[in-house]
Amino acid sequence: MLTASSDIKPIEWLAKSTPRKDIVVAAAGPSEISQQTIWMLAVRDQRDKVAFASLFDYFGPRLKGFVMRSGMSSSQAEEVVQDVMLTIWRKAALFDPHRAQVSAWIYQITRNRQIDVIRKEQRPLPEELAQDPGTEPDANQIMAVEQEGQKLKQALSRLKPEQREIIEKAYLGELTHQEISAQTDLPLGTIKSRIRLGLEKLRHELKELR
Amino acid sequence: MSAITHHTPDAMLAAYAAGSLPQPYAVVVATHISMCMECRASFEAHQAVGGTMLDATPATDLSDELKINVFALLDAPVTPQPVFQKSGVYPGPVMELLEGQPPRWTKLGVGIRQNIISSNSSGSVRLLYIPPGQAVPDHSHNGLELTLVLQGSFSDDTGWFGVGDLEIADEHLEHTPTADAGPPCICLAATDAQLRFSTFLPRLLQPLFRI
Repeated sequence: MLTASSDIKPIEWLAKSTPRKDIVVAAAGPSEISQQTIWMLAVRDQRDKVAFASLFDYFGPRLKGFVMRSGMSSSQAEEVVQDVMLTIWRKAALFDPHRAQVSAWIYQITRNRQIDVIRKEQRPLPEELAQDPGTEPDANQIMAVEQEGQKLKQALSRLKPEQREIIEKAYLGELTHQEISAQTDLPLGTIKSRIRLGLEKLRHELKELR
Repeated sequence: MSAITHHTPDAMLAAYAAGSLPQPYAVVVATHISMCMECRASFEAHQAVGGTMLDATPATDLSDELKINVFALLDAPVTPQPVFQKSGVYPGPVMELLEGQPPRWTKLGVGIRQNIISSNSSGSVRLLYIPPGQAVPDHSHNGLELTLVLQGSFSDDTGWFGVGDLEIADEHLEHTPTADAGPPCICLAATDAQLRFSTFLPRLLQPLFRI
């Protein structure tokens, strides 16, 4: 059933997509592009079902656990996982590694789907910023976003258990915005600036929106 | 085009990402993010926190059929959902509630018009049209009121609000927003209490007609 449509390796993908080979060499260091991002880009750009299977195997079981934390049954959770995985496949064109790690993008798809199921109402979503299909990937920017993600992960792991619990409640949708403003204090400044740089790449389109 | 100076508070963006923000406010925040790159960046930073949590969640076994089912559906035809883009001064989330049509204004007197675009038990969202120089008389809100400027500008005791600016008024704020000179001021406003127009309307007109 699975058709091996691509055997592009990470480094080949970069070499193919960007003329800046010096970055490819740098990518061999500690700051290489994550496997998840490489799979997701293969899904987005090559409609690669093998890469999609890898994403499924990585995120599917995590997604089920994540969704069940909000009190959904195992079978309900699997329905959400199915919808989320299909959305990842169908809306792959909207994934932009210059602004987001795969996990961040999937988190939002998952919360949107959970809310649609629980409240039976369509969640209002911001306008999507379409990417110019001709845009060359900027490996530096992609890796910088991932590094910020790593720093965020470390910051979260350093929190005291009770602080961490509050953050988790907030992002599982269990706190109101008033409760969040009274409680949380995460160092989000640097990741915001980095995402902002990713957004600058789309600036010409934002101008049209304004 | 002047820069946006009144932004969505961070906690509200986090609640919006997590889905705990009540529907009427979520409409206004989605619209503000559509207009404000600063808040879009903050919103996406909150998604990164959520993503980190998702990534750290222990795996739970999936049933064997799930992967088969998903792969069987990958090539199935999908009816595309309509995508609502900005039209005129109305960003995508507003156009979605307007179902792609222009606003259908109802006159409230003294040139003020409104169009309720969403209303249910969690509150209501409406478009307001205020002619230049016109004041919206003091009105109390039972809870929080979010007002986002889509065209023109207004001023009140708390400051000046231009296109893209978001005013957040709680029940303690007594304010008299007045549309500035220039184009009519068009706002998107959300309240969490269901508006009772039988009482709202006289309250709106009372000071104007001195009745």
